[in-house]
Formats: sequence, structure tokens, C-alpha cells
Amino acid sequence: MARLFKPITGNQTTRTAARVTGIVISVALTFLGLLFVTFLIGRVVPIDPVLAAVGDRAPADVYERVRIELGLNLPLYQQFFIYITKILHGDLGNSILTANPVAADIMRVFPATLELASIATLFGVLIGVPAGVTAAVYQGRWPDQVIRVIGLFGYSVPVFWLGLMGLMLFYGRLDWLPGPGRLDMFYEGIVTPITGVILIDSAIAREWEIFRNAMAHLILPAIILGYYSLAYISRMTRSFMLEQLSQEYIVTARVKGMAEWRVIWVHALGNVWVPLITVIALSYGGLLEGSVLTETVFAWPGLGFYLTQSLLSADMNAVLGATLVVGTVFIGINLLSDLLYRLLDPRAK
Amino acid sequence: MKRWLIILMSLTMLIVGSAGAATPPNALVMAWQFDDIITLDPAEIFEFSGAEYAGNAYDRLIGFEVDNVENIYGVVAESWTVGADGKTYTFVIRPGITFASGNPLTAEDAAFSLQRTVILDKSPAFILTQFGFTPENVRDKIRATGSHTMVIETDKAYAPTFFLYCLTATIGSVVEKAEVMKHEKNGDLGHEWLRTHYAGSGPFALKTWKASELLMLEANDAYWDGAPAMKRVIIRHIPEPATQRLLLEKGDVDIARNLGPDQLKGLQGDKNIRILSSPKGGLYYLGLNQKHPALAKPQVRQALKYLIDYDGIAGSILDGAMEVHQAFLPKGFLGALEDKPFKLDPEKAKALLAQAGYADGLKLTMDTRNNFPTLDLAQAIQSTFAMGGVTLEILPMDGKQALTKYRARNHDIYIGRWGPDYQDPHTNADTFARNPDNSDNAKSKPLAWRNAWDIPEMTQKADAAVMEKDPQKRAQMYLDIQREHQQTSPFVIMFQDIEVAAERTNVHNFILGPSFDSNFYRFVTKN
Repeated sequence: MARLFKPITGNQTTRTAARVTGIVISVALTFLGLLFVTFLIGRVVPIDPVLAAVGDRAPADVYERVRIELGLNLPLYQQFFIYITKILHGDLGNSILTANPVAADIMRVFPATLELASIATLFGVLIGVPAGVTAAVYQGRWPDQVIRVIGLFGYSVPVFWLGLMGLMLFYGRLDWLPGPGRLDMFYEGIVTPITGVILIDSAIAREWEIFRNAMAHLILPAIILGYYSLAYISRMTRSFMLEQLSQEYIVTARVKGMAEWRVIWVHALGNVWVPLITVIALSYGGLLEGSVLTETVFAWPGLGFYLTQSLLSADMNAVLGATLVVGTVFIGINLLSDLLYRLLDPRAK
Repeated sequence: MKRWLIILMSLTMLIVGSAGAATPPNALVMAWQFDDIITLDPAEIFEFSGAEYAGNAYDRLIGFEVDNVENIYGVVAESWTVGADGKTYTFVIRPGITFASGNPLTAEDAAFSLQRTVILDKSPAFILTQFGFTPENVRDKIRATGSHTMVIETDKAYAPTFFLYCLTATIGSVVEKAEVMKHEKNGDLGHEWLRTHYAGSGPFALKTWKASELLMLEANDAYWDGAPAMKRVIIRHIPEPATQRLLLEKGDVDIARNLGPDQLKGLQGDKNIRILSSPKGGLYYLGLNQKHPALAKPQVRQALKYLIDYDGIAGSILDGAMEVHQAFLPKGFLGALEDKPFKLDPEKAKALLAQAGYADGLKLTMDTRNNFPTLDLAQAIQSTFAMGGVTLEILPMDGKQALTKYRARNHDIYIGRWGPDYQDPHTNADTFARNPDNSDNAKSKPLAWRNAWDIPEMTQKADAAVMEKDPQKRAQMYLDIQREHQQTSPFVIMFQDIEVAAERTNVHNFILGPSFDSNFYRFVTKN
């Protein structure tokens, strides 16, 4: 406690300021690099963005006019400069495909992905961590083998197939779960989007029937999406645990007569959380990019689907906007996991 | 452990409850791939799905009968007369039509809508500007002369059927002038606003629009030709056909629009589901680039036409999704040629190739979109080409990438699909049989240009056909052009689209017309 109340000296303020400036500069450079590479890829792919805007049948003069309107007649560096200037003014431009401002599109698709990825990660952690711990405790015995096989299945079976099979079984045959989409169709348009996350919006509006429906729609895609991270998280937990279980303090605890469950779930796992946070954060970040295949099977209007469609039409404003969001998410999650590190691990302070 | 499992299961069931329910009796629920829609402004709509939206939400000046396209009838225009000069058309606007806003539709709205299309000059504007309208002259050439009369003057005396068919296209949709102009920004005639909003008088009004996600329409109870029975139409973008089938089987949607042969086969025995089909104007063809020295030889072009197993493909891969058709005017168009002179004949093809100096065979590449059925067609063609000694390398690529290359004339062979822009034969003659300028920087780039096919004589014939006033003579002229085209052109025209939809048997009168803007929801009833 004493350390918390240590007076802040002038020297320390300067150091903190320098550190924050350093972080800001490095984040800004990361973004600039990210945008530049994405921009370059978008311009190098052999797809004509004008076609996405005017269609294949447009007469030559319309085609030419739109090409100039989109600024595609300018040299590449100039196009990039104009784009960056606009971004700094908070303007992500308009999407060619949807005719909406890119920012509005992203506000629409990102919450769908956020909702799905969060529930999926929750599922992955709630099942993956205990599975990993169990596998470590029973190393080489049958529970370990079973968990290994389940994990391997999650890694190797295509999500697309798993999704369709899941739908056919739980929706088609057994009738336990609703079909694709975020809501049943006739619930569409009842709740006014505030955050875009239906679970939150329907809770705010106290539309519990819609909340229930949205939750039911989430279960299958979240489990299927979470399966992959479950496999990864359980493997990592297992190896972290094995490392801890061979440490001397564990032996000491056992010798002292501490209950076995306490040794494993409190002492060993307590030390595993720190590296595990990074693993979970990375896997969450990965899911937040959106998963095209899961989104396609479940008709889930999320970021992955949006990004892929835009890319295939060379709709660069949309692609760059979405990339920016993905980049922000990754950087944000990294900062967050750093922060958690500090909280959980006294040595990191 | 077991007890936990039971608690977890019952918790899940509590949240989920019993899933699946029938659709409401007064709403039509549809699963459809509509991610091609990039705009909802009728002056800009040029995509298949967009055209269908416009066909249900807007009234056009005139329409054609879906069963017999030769019968043109008035919609917003109650009647019309053509002046003695053949260039002046006078339309009488039907009284008693109101917009969704409640305002009456007048001749001023009709004239404004056409003027607007020309002034905005978006992709489909050429359907009007080919009659000599320009942003400068259009306010004089298309004008309201009374509250319910409108006069249109074309630059030449075209075949009246040509002009009238063009007005049946989406650009003939009437938008409400006052509503649109209320949202005008920087002189855009309300275009930015209308791309995602609505200002029409059709049987359905737009309620919600989320690109590639949801399209919701609401019935116009004051519709002049009778209110639709369905009070709402809810259309959700479902990209995966297998998912569409599942939704239809469960009764969560009434109609599934994008089922492939696999899904359709699986549904055949289901007594709750009915399959609908209607020939559409889309044609699948190969374009042979005339810049390629081998493909420029007439015998090689002929030979390749004999190296495709038309019937085999239609029966197996396409299985009801297309029928064999070998001329550039689709069945259902004025003057469509239904002869099918080509069938798989490797011996004949080999002889033709030998004549052209390719007795030892030939190597070609084909730019192919990586989707169904294009890739499947390409593989079938590859195997029959091999029977004639032609080695075909398939280059799979994304659609937009293939198009970019095609428009740059950098392909050997392009396998593509072409859909007519309006219901008149000129739409396809204009692209398959006209090439006014074959130079690399030509102003217009019809399909004949993209394949570098220089045809001054055929271009003249096509130009003459579009001026012929007598419909019968006009039809004969198109038949003649198609016969010549079929034999000599660098186009291997193979199949005509059949649009297939599957509906629950309690749904009635969903109409699949011959064009994409004639798929109608307004007559649908459910029991």
C-alpha cells in the first residue's frame, strides 16, 4: 500500500509524459504503416474499383467521370495523402458498395462481430481453461488424451462445415436452436439500435423476448467460433500448468498438507493467469477481425463479411476503414492486456 | 458432474425455449442474395436485385405483359400517341395515383424523373440518352405540357417499340419531384439521399434498408391498382444456399431465391415446397479475343463451337437452371432465333482446326469467375475441348478481376454471362453485333469491342433494324443478323438462364417474370 502513496516527483512526471508520448508516437506510426500497406495492396490488386461503382455496362464517359470523381487519375502518393488528410479530419469517406459513409457502415457491422466474438471468447475461456488444467493434472492419462482429441478436432475441421452441420442438427433436426441471422426475421426493426449490440439494446429497451431471441441466435455461431479458441486456450493452459506443477513451491504446498484442489486451482493456476491473459487477448483480437466463413454460414452481418466483400470490389475506403478498426482493436487489446498484467503480476509494477 | 450438466442444459433450454415458428400470415418473408444492390435510386439502379426492388416499389411509365412481352401496356401513362414525324410521343398520365407521401402524381413528376436520369448520367442513363437527350436539352425534349400530359421528342424516328420498351426499364420509374428536391445537395437532384431512401408510388414502400443485410417493404394500402395482400415483405440477405434451404424447410422463410441444383434436388420430394421457374434473358457465352492469332481464324471459331457438349451440360451441371440457346437474342425477345446448329462433334472440329493449320492442337487460356456455375461450366468445356486437341487452361479469378482484364482485351477466352438492359432486341444487338470503333481507345466498349471483332457491315445492319417501324419486318431483320452472327462471330453462345425459386406451398401468386424488374410481390397471398 505504501507505494501507492509515494509522492510524485517532478522527475517522474517528465518520465511519465515521455512514456505516454512514446506510446502515442508508436501507435500513430503503426497506424500509418498499416494504412499505407493496406492502401498499396488495394491499389496493386488487379481489380478496377470504378467497376464496383458504375457496374460493367456503364458507357465510357460515365466510367471516366467516376474515375476522376474517385481521384483514381491522380498519382498513388497523392491519393494516399488525400486519404490521410481526410482521416485526420475524421472522414473515412463513403463506401462504394453500400453508398453509406464508411463510419456508419462500421458502426453497423462491428457490434455484430463484437457480440459474437465476446460470447465466443467467453465460451473458449470457460471451457478451455478448466480443460487445460485437467489435461495438465492428468498428463498422459485418458482425460488428457480425450481433451487433446477434442482440441485437435476444433483445430482441423473447417468452420464452414462445422457451422452447416450444427445448423442442420440443432436447428434443422432437433429444433433446439433458431436459424441463421442475429434475430428471427419478424423481430427485425423493433428495438432502436443504440450500441448496435442487440443484447445490450434489447436490455435497455426492456424487450426481454428479443433479448432471449438474440441470445438463442448467438449460441450456435458463438460455440462454433469459440471452439477454435477453446482448442488453442486449452493447449496453452496445459503447457503453462505443466511448467508450474513441476515448481518447488507446489511440492512445498503439497508437503505442507494443503488440499490438492487448492494447490492446483489456486496456487498453480494463479501463476498461470499472467501468461494466459496474453493468449486469451490475442485469440479475442483474432475473433474481433470477424470470421468470414462463420458469418457467411450464419448470415451474420459482421466485420469479416463486410471487409471481404469490400476487398473483392476494391472498395478501398471501406477496406481501409475496416482495417483501421481492426488495427485499433488489436492495439487496444494489447494495451489492455498490458494493464491486466500489471494488476495481476506484482513484479510487472 | 452429471448434475452440473443437467443444470446447464436446463438453463440453456430456458434461454432458448422452443425455436422455429411459421411466418406471419400477412407478411412475405424471403431469403435472397442481394449484396449486388449498391443503390436504391431508380436513376442509378442497374443490378439484378436493385431492378427487382424498383419493380416492386416504383411505378413505371409503361410495362409489358410477363407472359407475352409483345403486349405493352400503360402503367403511370394511361395512353400515348406517336406523332406523324415518328419523333414526338405524347403521354396521358393516369389520374388518381398518389405517392407514399400522399401527394398526387402528375406529369411534372414523370417528366422530372426522366430528365433527372439524363442529367445525373449514371450507368443506365444511356437507355435514354441513346434517343438524343442530353443534360442540356432534356428539359425541352421531355416536358410536362399539362398537369396530366407529357411530351417527349426523340432525335430520330426510331422504331416505336424500341423507344417504348426502353421506357419499361427501371429508369422509367416515377419519383416524386417535391420529396426528392427537398433532399437536394449541391445540385445532385436528391441523388445521395435517394440512394438509401424512397420517394415512389408503387405497391410497396421502403421501410428499412441495410445493405447486404435486410430489405423491408411495407404495403401501400392506397395503391391505385389494388392494395397488396401482404402488409410487409421482409427480405434477408442469406449468402449461403444451404442455409437458405434449411430456412425454407423449417418454414422460417416463405421463399428461397438462390438454391443450387444440389438444394433443389433435395427438395423435390417435399410436399410443403413448390419449385417455380421462369426463363430470364441472361446468356452464358464464351468471348474469343480476335487479337489472338489463332482465335481470329474463322475455322477455329467454328471448331470451338463444335467442342461443347451443350445438352450434356444443361442436363447434368445446370440441371434445370439453364437451357441450351445459341443466338444473341434470348427466347422471349422480339425476333429471337431459336435454331441450335451446334452440338458436340470432335471429328468435325478437328477437321476445321486442321484447315486452319492447327492439326497438332492448340493451347488457350480462359478467364473464369470462381463461382457456380461458371467454374463448373469451364471444367466441362475444358474436357470437351481436349477431345478436339485444344488444351484449355482455366484461370480462376474473382469476378471484378476477370472483368477488369476483359475490358482491357487481355484475355484469350472469357466465359461470361450477359443480361439484357431492357426488353428490346437492340439491347443485345447493340453489344453482340455492333462495334462502331474497334480502336483501343474507343468511346463505347460493347462485347464485340471487348473481343476486338471489327464488323462495320453488321453494325450497319443493326443500326437499320433499330429504325424499322414495322415490328414484323424488324423481327425478320434481327433473325437475319443472328443467323450470320451465329456462324461467324467470336461468341460461343451456349445457354439461357432460367431463374428458379422455391416457395412454401401456402404461398400463391409470387410472379417470376422474364426480366429481373418483373418479379412481382404484389399479388402474393398466403393461406
